Amino acid sequence: MKIKLNLGAISEPLQSEKLKTGDWGTHYPVVDKERCTGCKTCMQYCPDFCIEVKEVGKERYAVVDYNYCKGCGICSSVCPFEAIKMELKDIFKV
Amino acid sequence: MKKVVRGFYSVAYSVKLCKPNVICAYPITPQTEIVENLAAMYANGELGDAEYITAESEFGAASILVGASAAGARVFTATCSQGLILMSEVLFNAAGMRLPIVLVNTNRALSAPLSIWNDHQDSMAMRDAGIMQVYVENNQEAHDMIPQAYKVAENKKVLLPFMVCMDGYKLTHAYEPVDLLEQEMVDSFLPPYEPAAYLTTEKPLAFGCYAPPHIYMEFRVAMQQAMERAKEVMLEVFKEWAEVSGRDWGGHITLDFPESKIFVVAMGSVVGLLRKVVEELKSEGLSVGLIKIRTFRPFPVEELREALKDAEKVIVLDRSVSFGYEGPVSIDLKSAIYGYSSAEIYSFAVGLGGRDMPKDFLAKIIRDVAEGKEKPGFAFKGHQEFEEVIP
Amino acid sequence: MKYFGSGHGACPGCGLPIAVKTVLNALDGKVFAVNSTGCLEIISSQYGKNAWGVPYIHSVFENAAAVAAGVEAALRAMKRKDEGHVVVFAGDGATADIGIGTLSGAFDRNHDILYICLDNEAYQNTGHQQSGLTPPGESTTTTPAGKVLPGKVGRKKDMISIAVAHGIPYVASSSVGYVSDIRRKVKKAVKFEGAKYIQIHSPCVTGWGIDGSIAIKVARLAVETGLYPLVEFEYGKLTSVRKIKDRKPVEEYLKLQRRFRHLFTHEKGREMIELLQRFADENAERYGLDLKKE
Repeated sequence: MKIKLNLGAISEPLQSEKLKTGDWGTHYPVVDKERCTGCKTCMQYCPDFCIEVKEVGKERYAVVDYNYCKGCGICSSVCPFEAIKMELKDIFKV
Repeated sequence: MKKVVRGFYSVAYSVKLCKPNVICAYPITPQTEIVENLAAMYANGELGDAEYITAESEFGAASILVGASAAGARVFTATCSQGLILMSEVLFNAAGMRLPIVLVNTNRALSAPLSIWNDHQDSMAMRDAGIMQVYVENNQEAHDMIPQAYKVAENKKVLLPFMVCMDGYKLTHAYEPVDLLEQEMVDSFLPPYEPAAYLTTEKPLAFGCYAPPHIYMEFRVAMQQAMERAKEVMLEVFKEWAEVSGRDWGGHITLDFPESKIFVVAMGSVVGLLRKVVEELKSEGLSVGLIKIRTFRPFPVEELREALKDAEKVIVLDRSVSFGYEGPVSIDLKSAIYGYSSAEIYSFAVGLGGRDMPKDFLAKIIRDVAEGKEKPGFAFKGHQEFEEVIP
Repeated sequence: MKYFGSGHGACPGCGLPIAVKTVLNALDGKVFAVNSTGCLEIISSQYGKNAWGVPYIHSVFENAAAVAAGVEAALRAMKRKDEGHVVVFAGDGATADIGIGTLSGAFDRNHDILYICLDNEAYQNTGHQQSGLTPPGESTTTTPAGKVLPGKVGRKKDMISIAVAHGIPYVASSSVGYVSDIRRKVKKAVKFEGAKYIQIHSPCVTGWGIDGSIAIKVARLAVETGLYPLVEFEYGKLTSVRKIKDRKPVEEYLKLQRRFRHLFTHEKGREMIELLQRFADENAERYGLDLKKE
C-alpha cells in the first residue's frame, strides 16, 4: 500500500494533539473544587495546555484533561489557593 | 536587441526580466558585479516591488532566500567559491525543503591557497546537495538560462533549487555581444510564480519538519524522483526556449561529430575553444568529436551512453578533482557508461585556479591520446613539475 | 483556535511551551513562526506530529534570524504584511553563539521581526552543554565541575546590551516565571516597526536538575535574586525595570538546582557563589532593581 508523503516534509497544523501524553507521568493533579476560585493561574502556566477553568452550573473551577497531563506539578505549585494536589497514580503504588 | 555587455550584466538583466520578489546580495569576486547591477536597477526603481537585501554573509543570503521562498516569493542570489561552500548547509536544506531557489555560481577555485580564479571545484563540492546544475558556455547562454532555470525549478514536478554555473572571469568579465531579451517575451515564457505550498496564516503549514528513521528515507527518494522528472522537464523547457527565442542550446548534452572514434568531454567556457580545436584536428584527419555537458545534475546518463556507445577513446577534461581519486565529471561519466561502452577513459584535471588552457595545450592532449602517448586513467595536465619541501 | 497544540514532546515542567503559548496568544495567533534547531523544534515539529497551529518554518541551527528576514521581506514584497507578525523562537545557543551572525545582520537591517530568545542557559537538546548564555559556576557536560574546575569559568554573555547596541527599537528580558510580563512585553514589542528582541528565561528541568513542580519557583528566584533582571529598552533607553522587594541572596536560587550543587562543596565553590552574588549586585546597581524602602 502506498503512503501519502507531503512534499518536502511539510506538515499539517496541530497534529500533535493525536499524541496522548497523559501516560508520561507518575503523578496527577486533583483539583479541590471548594478551594478553586477559577483564577486561571494554573491555566496560564500549564506547559501542556491541559488545565482549563470551566463553568459548571454556577461554579467555576479548573478541570484537567488527563489525556495530555504529564504530571509535572506546575499547576499545583503556582496555585495561589492550594487548590491542586498532586497524587501518585495507582499503578506506581507499591 | 543585441548589445555588447559583460557577463555580469547579461545575468542581472535577465534576472530583472524574471521579476523576482526577493534578491539577496553578498559580495564575492568574481560575482559581485551581478548583484551590483541588480542594486543599481533597484536604486533606479526598475525592479518593481522586489526587495533587495544586503545579507551579512552568503550563509545569511541563502537563509534569507529559504525564508522568502517558503513564504511564496520568487528569489535570486549569486555567489561562488568560498561563498558557495559557506552557503552549502543551507542549500542542502533548501533542496530537502523543495524550494525552487535560483542562483548563479560564477565558478571559482577553493582555498587554500586562496585563489579568485576560475575552475569548477566550488560547484562540484555541491554535487550531492539536490540542486540542479547547468554549465553555460558563453554569456548569451547564461542570459538565456535564467528564465529557463526558474521555469524548470518552479515546475510542480520538480521543485528543487537550480544553480546556473558560469565560469568566473572567463565569462563574467568578458564583453560579448548578447541579444538581450524583451520583457514581453519573458513574461509569456515565464508566468508569475504560483507556489505549491507556502507559509500563510490562511493555511498554517509547518516547513522544515524533522523526519525519524521510519520516514526520512522516503523524502530523499522523493528528491531523486524529482531530479529524474527534472530531466524530462528540462528537455521540454529547453525545446520551448529554442522555439520562442530562436536559440537552440541543445539538450542535456551537445554532440559535435557524433561518428567519431575519440571524444572530448567538457563543461563550461572551455567548450568554445575546444570546438575550434576539434574542428582543426578534424580537418587534419583525426576522428575526434566533442561532447559538452550542459546539465551536470541531473546527470545525462542515457545521453552519454548513447553518444559514447561506439567510442574508442574518451577524454574527460575536469576543472576539479576529488582528491584521492580523480575528476568528478570523469567519475560520473565512467559510472554512467559502464557496461554500455568499451571506450578507454582518459581523465585529466586541467585549468585549476585559473591556469591557462591555450589552444595548443588542448590540441596536444587530444593528439597525445590519439597517438597512444597517454595511458587510460587519471592525470593532471598543465602544472609544473615540483618537489614538495617543508620550509 | 489553538496556536500550539497539546501532545508536544516537551519534558514535564519544561518552560518552553509556556513561553511559546503566551507569545502566540498575546498576538492572537497572527504569527509566522521561525524556529532554530533545538529543544523547541524537536518537541514540536516532527513530520506528521506538528504541534504548531500557526505557519511555521525551521531551516537550520544558526539561521533563524535570516530566515525570518526572508519571510518578512517576502511578505513586504508581496504586500502580505497584514497577515501576521514574523516571530523567531530560538534557543540561547542558537542566538548568542552559532546564530549571532545572522541575528546581527537582521537587527542591523532592522527587519520588522520579533526575535524571542528562549534562554534555558545551555544546549539542552543535545544534553546540557555550555553556551554563551550559561552562567559562570554552572556544571554542564562540556564545563563539568571537576577536581580543579568549578564548572563554567567566564560569564554569561550580555545579549541584552548586544541587542541594544544594534539600535533596534525594542529590547527586553522576561521570564517564564512571569507570564503576564511576557504577554505585556510581546504586545508592546509588536507596536514598534523594526527589529525587536525579547530574551525569556526558561527553566529546563533536566539540564538544571530540578523537579518540574518547582520550575516556576526557580524561574522567579532568578529574578528575585537579581541574577535575571527583567528590563525594557525602547530606542536604546531603559524604560522599565521589574523592581525587587527584599532581594534574595543568590544561594537561595543556586541551592535548588543540580547544575549548581557542586558550588556548595567544591574548593572554589564559595568563590563562584561570591562571583554570582557580585553579578546580581551589579545588575541591581546598574538597573536600579532594589525597591527602596520608604
